[in-house]
Amino acid sequence: MGTADVETIWRVESARIVAALTRFTGDFGLAEDAAQEAVAEALVSWRRASPANPAGWLMATARRRAIDAIRRRVALHDRYALLAAEPAVDKDVDLDRIDDDVLALMFVSCHPVLAPAARVALTLRVVGGLTSEEIARALLVPVPTVQARITRAKKTIAAAAVPFELPPADERRDRLGGVLSVLYVIFTEGSTATSGDRLVRPDVAYEAIRLTRTLAALQPDEPEVYGLLALCELTAARFPARTGPDGSPVLLADQDRRLWDPAAIRRGVAALARASTRGLGPYGLQAAIAASHAAAPSVEETDWDRIVVLYEALGWTAPSPVVELNRAVAVAMASGPAPALAIVDELIAANRLPGSHVVPTVRGELLTRLGRRTEARTELELAARLCANQRERAVLLGKAAALS
Amino acid sequence: MSKYMLIMRGTDESNAAMMATIDEAMAETGRFIEQMMGAGVLVAAEGLDDPGRGVVVDFGGETPVVTDGPYGETRELFGGYFLLDVATKQEAVEWAKRFPAVRGSKIEVRRVAEADEVPFSNESKGRN
Repeated sequence: MGTADVETIWRVESARIVAALTRFTGDFGLAEDAAQEAVAEALVSWRRASPANPAGWLMATARRRAIDAIRRRVALHDRYALLAAEPAVDKDVDLDRIDDDVLALMFVSCHPVLAPAARVALTLRVVGGLTSEEIARALLVPVPTVQARITRAKKTIAAAAVPFELPPADERRDRLGGVLSVLYVIFTEGSTATSGDRLVRPDVAYEAIRLTRTLAALQPDEPEVYGLLALCELTAARFPARTGPDGSPVLLADQDRRLWDPAAIRRGVAALARASTRGLGPYGLQAAIAASHAAAPSVEETDWDRIVVLYEALGWTAPSPVVELNRAVAVAMASGPAPALAIVDELIAANRLPGSHVVPTVRGELLTRLGRRTEARTELELAARLCANQRERAVLLGKAAALS
Repeated sequence: MSKYMLIMRGTDESNAAMMATIDEAMAETGRFIEQMMGAGVLVAAEGLDDPGRGVVVDFGGETPVVTDGPYGETRELFGGYFLLDVATKQEAVEWAKRFPAVRGSKIEVRRVAEADEVPFSNESKGRN
């Protein structure tokens, strides 16, 4: 068995192995280190002889390494002596219990004591089973940065003595929101890359969808998990139409809707139905907006009034300047550019999205529709200067040039 | 990432063996499905009814000929599928190996062609 086999087994088993080891040792950082050591050993050892049960081999080896580390770290202490004396591997692990442990692992990886960037890296590592190299590629940062984030995150968790358990009932909803936002950050990194030369990176978005599906399997009664899943599926359904042959972004209005993935739309709509049981939360509302687009044969035939209402609801449940800006775009479609411009100008007056290229982009579009070409051009040029994605910037400059 | 279909292919013998312990087989398949859901890879799964209740529409002649199941000489029968969303073909194969299968049955692992590719063209041959 070669490297690819080890990586495949690791990908399938990592969350369960790290979860079980954390339960076993009570030490998340130690569990992750031991699991990594087992992978490194597998890369050497499996080349000589393939184990009959690769997953069991990884688990047994990681467990031995954890025991070694504990022996090294602490002079014999009753608790650790007990652990070390019992080297048998859990062959009959209780699956329900392991599932709870994987869920606990997600809550630890997304714990509020960690910096947001650390939560993302740690979740991709321990729950997603990605290597540091893969995470670095996904986040477009250097490998040492990823390694440093993960090392620091493990220290922070140890220092804060974060317990390996499901959050207590009164914190559960909040903490689940924290997990969802980490998954959404990973998804958006794939759906609209914040930097780099590619707009859409489906492989990164896929990792987020996979993790969200895992969370949905573990928390089947949480509507917002399905809301996020629906949002991801419905957004990803448009990926094939979102870039042109040369990689440049294609706006919703110009997309060839025949390229939208009907299977992904169907999955998204099904997830949205499960999200709707107790009234939609912020992710569910965004998914409902995406579903309105998915149901429309063209921009003109889109139910923009409904979308405006959904944005208003989103503005009440999760107020944010980005939602306001999107509401402005929907209002422009439903009622024309003038009332939309008023919303955008209010945002600018309150300086609620400083430095964002999206505000001048939208303002430039609205001014163009109002025939105020000189002002529109200035706004679009400003947007291009502020935009970090090369593909998007090129489109903005093209639009600005067309106005001169 | 790609979607792969794990296609269950049983023989009369393996199907009979499975039916002999159907409760156990259903429970094991249920656990297999839970594992795939927990790993976030399962997109869809369906099992087919008894082939004896199906028909085959044969286009061998001028007009389609409908034959009642279970189709005489056919050795292996398509019994159901799992549709997985995985990063690599190897991962799909890894899941296929974990299926609680009865001896004599097979699972065929096939990639789902994307909308933007012509199936079986040269371009798609090298993809995994």
